[in-house]
Amino acid sequence: MHEWALAEAVITTASQFAEKEGLKEVKEVTIKVGELQQIEVDILEFALSQLKPASFKDAKFRITNEKAEFRCRVCGYEWLLKKEKLDKSTAEAIHFLPEIAHTYIKCPKCGSPDFEILKGRGIWLESIKGVK
Amino acid sequence: MVDPRTSVISDRMREIGKIVAVSSGKGGVGKSLVATTLALTLAKKGFTVGLFDLDFTSPSTHVILGVEDLQPKEEKGIVPPVVHDMEYMSIVYYSGDYATPLRGTDVSNALIELLSITQWGKLDFLIIDMPPGIGDATLDLIRLIKNIEFLIVTTPSQLAFETVRKLASLLESLKIPMAGIVENMKMNQSKNIQRQTEKLGLTFVGEIPYDLKVEEAIGNTDKLLKTVLARKVGEIAAKV
Repeated sequence: MHEWALAEAVITTASQFAEKEGLKEVKEVTIKVGELQQIEVDILEFALSQLKPASFKDAKFRITNEKAEFRCRVCGYEWLLKKEKLDKSTAEAIHFLPEIAHTYIKCPKCGSPDFEILKGRGIWLESIKGVK
Repeated sequence: MVDPRTSVISDRMREIGKIVAVSSGKGGVGKSLVATTLALTLAKKGFTVGLFDLDFTSPSTHVILGVEDLQPKEEKGIVPPVVHDMEYMSIVYYSGDYATPLRGTDVSNALIELLSITQWGKLDFLIIDMPPGIGDATLDLIRLIKNIEFLIVTTPSQLAFETVRKLASLLESLKIPMAGIVENMKMNQSKNIQRQTEKLGLTFVGEIPYDLKVEEAIGNTDKLLKTVLARKVGEIAAKV
């Protein structure tokens, strides 16, 4: 239920945004979830439904997934996450803290742990729609 | 696109009475030992205490505490395990014995992640073992935790104190409270650091002699709490 804490962050941020923009009713919230963190979308959706305030009563939560992409800072090689290569405990550690990827994942070309996570790290609030 | 995580950090810290970042201008001054002993001392006095090792690339408080094979509980976030009567959080739960090479943005991201998902609950004190220097962790904590204060550790070395001077000057310019300056590993009676601290208008909270028994006490908190270091940290705790 680590997803619960992330859902709280989404609802808090979306509420702050809605208030700032004077939205009386929020109709749609788009959330981007990075593949690296392997967030359980069902749990996230459930937490969002439980945590949403009255002004989000009819809001739809659109959750999109973004592939994890890396670039080696040493040799410049770019690659995609191969989830199947991560054992259960490694995947779980990365789930809680995506930066732990630097402990267990290496550049497939040169073996360096010095890489950038270009895409697909964690959770982002992409957009929010509503009526004033 | 907005990173939603920072919005809940102040809420996660809402029930914490005092947040003390044990910091230093440079490494090797005994910051982790002071932070850990301070947390243990406060817990022994009956306070509810959390210890958070924020030195992500070189964590060491788990070695001081003798912590092995522990994992946080998952409960609407993560709940730190209780170790020696205090809540204890460290990156080693996830990195184990392996190296975690992180650049600045990664340190920042990891720090924001752990601050936003860790459920500390109600604490009298949260003691944070900081990485040395004025880097991402220091700047992020200042940005994200409004009621933080810094306890700065130095040694009698002028080299260490020069870096402390810079850290203190930064904190002062940003109006961040400082609990004071601790002189660790003292090997003579010189009042040089105390004089310089007071000249800067800062509080000198105490001195800790170089204590050979500390090395033997690493990993054994009962032994650690019987050292001269612990007695001196106890005196400092009363001022924090």
